[in-house]
Order: sequence, then structure tokens, then C-alpha cells
Amino acid sequence: MRRIVLFIIAFILWLLLTWTLNWQHLLVGVIVAIFVALLFGNMFVEEPRKFFQIKRYFWFLVYIPLFLWECLKANFDVAYRVLHPKMPIKPGIVKVKTGLKSEVARTMLANSITMTPGTLSVDIDGQYLYIHWIYVRATEVEEASRMIVSKFEPLLARIFD
Amino acid sequence: MNTLIIILIILCYLCLYRAWRGPTIPDRMVAIDILGILVVGICALLAITTGRDFLIDIALAWIFLSFIGTLALAKYLSGRKFDE
Amino acid sequence: MNETIGTIIIIIGVLFDAIGCIGLVKLPDVYNRLQAATKCVTLGTCGIMFGIFIYSGFTSLGIKALVAIPLIFLTSPTAAHALARGAHLFGVKLWKKSVVDRYREDKESNQND
Repeated sequence: MRRIVLFIIAFILWLLLTWTLNWQHLLVGVIVAIFVALLFGNMFVEEPRKFFQIKRYFWFLVYIPLFLWECLKANFDVAYRVLHPKMPIKPGIVKVKTGLKSEVARTMLANSITMTPGTLSVDIDGQYLYIHWIYVRATEVEEASRMIVSKFEPLLARIFD
Repeated sequence: MNTLIIILIILCYLCLYRAWRGPTIPDRMVAIDILGILVVGICALLAITTGRDFLIDIALAWIFLSFIGTLALAKYLSGRKFDE
Repeated sequence: MNETIGTIIIIIGVLFDAIGCIGLVKLPDVYNRLQAATKCVTLGTCGIMFGIFIYSGFTSLGIKALVAIPLIFLTSPTAAHALARGAHLFGVKLWKKSVVDRYREDKESNQND
């Protein structure tokens, strides 16, 4: 099951990278994708049947514009802090709590946190994430969780959990 | 387009300045990581300026090389073995 | 027309790259530098790639540039976490005006137990 999913992903990636439908390219692509699927199939995601649930792709499409918007805001925030002559920064490392279960979801949450305004995830320990914040507004766990995590958590739970 | 490539190369020199001055070892590593991503941008711009497609393949490969190199250096920093 | 839009997006990307590199030189400690540099340079390079896709359309070059965007968005923040964690475990202190460091507090309380 995992190997089939990995084969499909590898083959689609091959098609995008070559961008031609010549049969020789297709044959080499199939061979390489089978090779990759056999070698790395057992290291792939834990529950491959999530790939066949259409609902998740819909929420993923909702997630992309939110992510890009946060990313743009983050960039203007950094530009303001860097170009301001006094550099209004007040850094610190805070601890937040997440309710996500699967490892893929936590990884994506950490990546999203890194790309949002003023935050950078440093380490993960079970349910707790340690986050470097460039302008600390709340030091307690609950309040920091509400300000940082709650934007992404419901969507990511629908996509990956 | 040439002007943009020249600007990116100047930015590479800023990264190299940080890698030269950086007071601690992690500072230098951050500079080298960022330098890797900038080089990806330069390769991509060169691909459309000169019209040679293989340069963007180099950019794609460079993303992964820079990523793996940074991960290995970070593992070295935190004092772990490479297969943990 | 496409070439004009693509060139404008590429220019915006290079501007974000420039802000990231200025932040890399100007900010005070490793974590702040890592924040500014990772955010701005990632989005800037993705902007360059997207501009190239608009510029050259659905050719082999444009599709490869489009494939590069998710790869950069996945690899660059991961490298940033790895570096931040490595720097903290290596013993780099936060900037002297920092407010709070829960991570070090938790590590020290674990060692005392």
C-alpha cells in the first residue's frame, strides 16, 4: 500500500520534471519509480490510506492561501523590524502546547510556525513546542498557544490527523 | 535581468561577511545555509538569461545538497550521531 | 505581457532577498538572524521561481521552477529548526536583552531531577 502511493508520487514528480510524453522517457520513469518505491517504501508515511480521502485535499486548498498570506505578513514584519533604525525587538523562547497527534501534522505545524510573523520553532517535546519569538507578547503557555498555534491547528487537524 | 543577478551576488557577499565575522560557529552555519538558497536563485535567473535549461536542474539539485549539508552540520552541533 | 509580470515578480523576490540579507548582517544574535534570513530568503527565492514560471509559461523550464517552490518551502524551515536546536544545544546564549527562555529552564529542571 505504502509502496503504491510512493510509486504514484515519484512517477508524477518524474512526469513534471521531464515534461514530455515520449515513450522512452515514460519507460525509464516507471523503472526508476519502481526502484524508489521498493527501496524507500518502508520509510514512508504511517497511514497511506489518508492519501485517498478527497476531503483532505479540499482543506489543503483552503490552507494554502492562509499560509501564503501569513507568509507575506511575516516578511513585511521582518522588513519593518530590520529597516527601523531602533530595531524594535524583544526576543525570547516561549513554550506552547499543541493537540495534534500524528508526526506529519506536527512537522507541518512547526514549518507553518516558522513562516508566520516573528516566530521560529526551536524544538519539539511530545505535546510541547519551544518557540523563539522576536517580540514576546505573552510568556505563559496557554496565552502563547492561543496567539501562535490556534490559527493553524484546526485546519492542520483536518488535513493530516 | 543582469542587474538583478549582480544584486544577488552582492547579497552573497553580505552572507560571506557574516560567515567571516560571525562570533560563534552557528552564525557561520546560518550564513552558509542562506548562501545556498541565494545560489539557487542565481542559477534560476541565469537559466532564463542565457536560455540554457540545464541550469535550473542545477538549482533543483542545489536545494537538496544545501539542505542535507545544513542538517549534517546541525547534527554535528548538537553532538549526536548521524543515524539518531 | 507575461514577461513584464514575471519580471516584476522577480524584482519583488530579489527585494525580499535583500531585506533578509540585511537582517542577517544587522540583527544581534543567532536566533534573530535565523528568523529574518529564513523567512525573507525563502519567500524571496520562491518569488523568483514563480516569476520564472510566469515568464516562460508551461515549458520544461517553467514547470521545473514550479516544482522547486514546494521543495524550498519544505526544506528551508526544516533546516532552520535544525540549526536553531543545534545552536541551543551547542550553548549559544540568547541576546542579553531577551525576556524569557523556557527551553533552558526546562532543560535545567530536567537535569536537577
